[in-house]
Amino acid sequence: MNVSQNHLLLVLILVPLLGSVGVVALRANPGTAKLAALGVALVELVLTAVTWFSYSVSAAAGGTRFQLVFDVPWIPAFGTRITLGVDGIALVMIALTAVLVPIVMGSSWADKLPEGRTAAGFYALLLATQSTLVGVFAATDVFLFYVFFEAMLIPMYFLIGRFGGADVRSADASLSPKRQYAAVKFFLYSLLGGLIMLGSVIGLYVVSADRLPGGGTFAWADLQAMAATVPESVQIWLFLGFFVAFAIKAPLVPLHTWLPDAGAEAPIGAGVLLVGVLDKVATFGFLRYCLPLFPAASKSLAPLVLVLAVVGIIYAALLAVGQDDMKRFVSYTSVAHFGFIALGIFAFSTQAFSGAVLYMVNHGITTGMLFIAVGMVIARGGSRLVSDYGGLSAVTPALAGAFLISGLASLALPGTNSFVSEFLVLIGSYPREPVYTIIATVGIIFAALYVLWVYQRVFQGPLRGNAVMASVSGPGSVQSPTAALTGTGRAKSSFTDLDPREVAVLAPLVALVFLLGFFPGPVLDVINPSVVSTMQEVGLADPVQGVAR
Amino acid sequence: MLSSPTALLVAAQAAEVAPASGAGALAWLLFALPAFGAAVLFLAGRRADGWGHLLGCATVVGAFVLGLVLFTQALGAGPEQRTTELSLFTWIPVGALDVDFGLRLDPLSLTFVLLITGVGSLIHIYSIGYMSHDPGRRRFFAQLNLFVAAMLILVLGNNFVMLYLGWEGVGLASYLLIGFYQDRPSAATAAKKAFLMNRVGDVGLALAIFLLWTNLGTVQYSEVFASIGQLSPGIVLAVCVLLLLGACGKSGQFPLQAWLPDAMEGPTPVSALIHAATMVTAGVYLVARCNPIYDVSADGRLIVTLVGVVTLLLGAIIGCAYDDIKKVLAYSTVSQIGYMMLAVGLGPAGYALGIFHLLTHGFFKAGLFLGAGSVMHGMNDTVDMRHYGGLRKHMPVTFYTFALGYLALIGFPLLSGYYSKDAIIEAAAAQPGWRGLVMGGAAMLAAGLTAFYMTRLMLMTFFGQERWKDLRSTHVTADGSVEERAYHPHESPAVMTGPMIVLALGSIGAGFLLSANDRLVAWLAPTLGELQEADTGIIGHSAAVAGTLTLSALGVVVGYLVVGRRPTPVRRPEPVSLPVRAARKDLYANSINETLLARPGTWLCRMLVYVDNKGVDGLVNGTAALLGGSSGRLRRLQTGFVRSYAMSMLGGTVLLVAALLAVRFGTQS
Repeated sequence: MNVSQNHLLLVLILVPLLGSVGVVALRANPGTAKLAALGVALVELVLTAVTWFSYSVSAAAGGTRFQLVFDVPWIPAFGTRITLGVDGIALVMIALTAVLVPIVMGSSWADKLPEGRTAAGFYALLLATQSTLVGVFAATDVFLFYVFFEAMLIPMYFLIGRFGGADVRSADASLSPKRQYAAVKFFLYSLLGGLIMLGSVIGLYVVSADRLPGGGTFAWADLQAMAATVPESVQIWLFLGFFVAFAIKAPLVPLHTWLPDAGAEAPIGAGVLLVGVLDKVATFGFLRYCLPLFPAASKSLAPLVLVLAVVGIIYAALLAVGQDDMKRFVSYTSVAHFGFIALGIFAFSTQAFSGAVLYMVNHGITTGMLFIAVGMVIARGGSRLVSDYGGLSAVTPALAGAFLISGLASLALPGTNSFVSEFLVLIGSYPREPVYTIIATVGIIFAALYVLWVYQRVFQGPLRGNAVMASVSGPGSVQSPTAALTGTGRAKSSFTDLDPREVAVLAPLVALVFLLGFFPGPVLDVINPSVVSTMQEVGLADPVQGVAR
Repeated sequence: MLSSPTALLVAAQAAEVAPASGAGALAWLLFALPAFGAAVLFLAGRRADGWGHLLGCATVVGAFVLGLVLFTQALGAGPEQRTTELSLFTWIPVGALDVDFGLRLDPLSLTFVLLITGVGSLIHIYSIGYMSHDPGRRRFFAQLNLFVAAMLILVLGNNFVMLYLGWEGVGLASYLLIGFYQDRPSAATAAKKAFLMNRVGDVGLALAIFLLWTNLGTVQYSEVFASIGQLSPGIVLAVCVLLLLGACGKSGQFPLQAWLPDAMEGPTPVSALIHAATMVTAGVYLVARCNPIYDVSADGRLIVTLVGVVTLLLGAIIGCAYDDIKKVLAYSTVSQIGYMMLAVGLGPAGYALGIFHLLTHGFFKAGLFLGAGSVMHGMNDTVDMRHYGGLRKHMPVTFYTFALGYLALIGFPLLSGYYSKDAIIEAAAAQPGWRGLVMGGAAMLAAGLTAFYMTRLMLMTFFGQERWKDLRSTHVTADGSVEERAYHPHESPAVMTGPMIVLALGSIGAGFLLSANDRLVAWLAPTLGELQEADTGIIGHSAAVAGTLTLSALGVVVGYLVVGRRPTPVRRPEPVSLPVRAARKDLYANSINETLLARPGTWLCRMLVYVDNKGVDGLVNGTAALLGGSSGRLRRLQTGFVRSYAMSMLGGTVLLVAALLAVRFGTQS
């Protein structure tokens, strides 16, 4: 195994980790610390671009499973190694993370922090999260994956528990326990899932020790090679260990209730990473671990997952319609979207797989943008409740437009990025699973309902709502809010339209929404070969062969 | 490319489609121009307020000129060479699925291009005047340009996914424009309703695409149409019904018609362009475009005709009851599209007739809406016809152009509606047996109702007492106070009357020009096939013509007797008879939606939120507490959390190490 080592992925893990330490060291000067953190994130973005172009699509199409491989022994006694490598699926997820982190930093630039917290701590935690995320996607050793999977909880726990809940104007004292509750709930759920997965990780090792000539191993490639020889009954138990952990993380209904709490309490920046990337580790795990390592179990348990997925699509969409808290609303829309991703993964076709992977990327972009836009509303009004707002498009038209674009992407309007992925998931799932696909397709009506309903209540109609009224003038004013905010003698109000920083944060996301909506080709080209490999590992042929041209 | 025998076979079956050449290679500019206009106007913001409307008009006029060039080029070519394709790039490539971002230029799509950009140009120009006082005029032109771009993609796409892109794209433009007056809650609600009901139809369209992909392995028109005959009748019928569901959503056909009248919340030019002349006819386009599919399913066609018949009656009945000038015209549109649906449902006997009526209707209904807009412009934006009266003296140009549209719509001999609507009625009546009787009879009856409601509208608006003299319109000003204004009806500026005059000329001549020598039918034949005329019905051709004329004349007379001979009350009379009450309530369509969907849905949502917060969450929390031994311990875990966390990690690691050692010793010994 002394082929030339590629250190790129190791560098991608270490740069944000070391950067995070450096940012903490600068905590005496928050301004410098923030700039340093942003600098690190931008360096990471450049390095990720280098990684992107170092990855060879033709090699992947030729059958090379992982590229940019780095491999050193770790604990020789147990056969654990530090093995890093990426396929197209992991690569696009790392790229998504690299794109989102600087945007998240920009969006958090003016955030109010809870009493006693420094910006340095917040930005250091963001970088630490990024480091663990790169690790979790780049690991090709199951034990190493588990370590990163658990490690990524730690910075996120602190982001929610120490920095959450500061966006609401009302009394701080009553909020602190709530964010503690949300953080602990997030942690307990994830930890429980992780421990169950640990059982399966150990089980895999035990099974491999029986079957492989070299003894037990955690190496993904070796475990995959032996997958076909493991009896289905054993596969099912091992599958379930991974599945439960991922179903909590994704989350799938009914294990989803931690997410609305965590999403509501998390600072916007952390929420974007949580919903946009962290939760995608689970669907990534389905594709990387559940399907290739336990192909027989995946196929026989697919109906169970499909039911959960489809129930999630409808159930979470209806719950999203019923939310008054905008951050909980975004969280529930995500639960519905995860249903689509899970449907695509367990429908076993090239189109559905590619759609699911692209969905992970697109969901990170669109929901990230939706979260950020919601955050910008909350930053102006000091309330998370939809009912505290109304008619904002009259005073903040650009923010209304940004919100609407992210909403339209969320409901998968053609021309936006999400359409391509949702369409691929559905058209790819239909041939094998028509009934589930039909139910999921009906879900697009509910998606339109929840997006437009929130948009109508917050942005359309006459100006209204407590948060808007309170911002206009003191009590006792008889002036109408419309006149006060739009009239010639415009009152001083917190409801101003996007400032340049906010435009800079949203612009790249808007560009990505439309760019990937019309030109998804370059990303799909990276994803497709790895999806073909996954199909082969599952051992299924595509249900639709297509016309010969 | 053609590597295997099967590939050769499929290629041989597919219609020979030549790549676009000459000006055809620039066909992408058709939609790119207005899309560019929309992007610039959206992004430039207030900076473009001064010139935005001019750019908006220029892009659409430019597209119209290019459309004319393409049309002339196709006309110069032989019928077989009129269909060309232009593949721009591969949009969605995954495995065997290969969605082309490609255009299909053929007689059908070029006809629509001319309608969309031609009427579109006129309405853009009209809007310069109509929206001149509106601070949001730039936004209006941006959204109108967006609509034109999406509509052109809809008709130009060479595969079903491109169609879907345009389909939902026009839905978005429609949503934005219905909700253009954002501060009005009713506009916002109407916009949302339109989008949602359209999405119901879109689900049908999407499922049809999935079904075609599953069974044929392609979404390309040429390949689908070439191999549709291989499918079992059941699957083809399912595709037909699902496509029709999409068509019903977009075209306001029964049972998805209720959004279209509410869409009149949008500015009147929008009603003219989107909700009368172009977008709402997309459903008719869809059925006509998919004629190879409907050709092989007689049951599928029958369902289309039934939807058409129900809708044309329903629209005509409700149209008789409204006092809101735009709503009457909206229900008239619903009804007229019902005629088109009926026509395309007749299959080879009617595809071209449906498109024919679509074109003439595009002229006269757009003209009628612009006329209504002109009336509103001079009448403080009032839409209640009971406040109008005697306006012909004050707005002569509006009156004469509107009158021509009126005569065209009711099928006055030799005006355009006479040719196109009568052709449909004749073709429907010529169907064998009970079908001809029911379809022809319903279409003739609705023609009579059309004459009635339009005569009522004409008389209430332009004739009779000047009721507005004693009335005031109320307006809510920016500072929230209510203000009353007297009416000063006046003719609109030339920038508005110009387009109205052009459309009025179309109302006169389009029918004759298009039908002479079967010009339109022959032009469309390469796409829609030869028109197969039948004469097997119980009602003969001449009887159908005579019946239609008689019923229409009767409608005019009844209209005069009911409205023209006595003063119109300013308040609408109550109580009224049951049928009128039902018609005023849209034949209870909204009540049914409300009772069956909205109210149970709201209730379900509330219940689920409660269940999710208390039930699901409580259950999981409870389990967690149980596992932790007691809720007290859970609380301790929360307070001293970091320590507990370290302990759990440590515990996990110890467990892991122990297990590994055990395995290692186990395998060694």
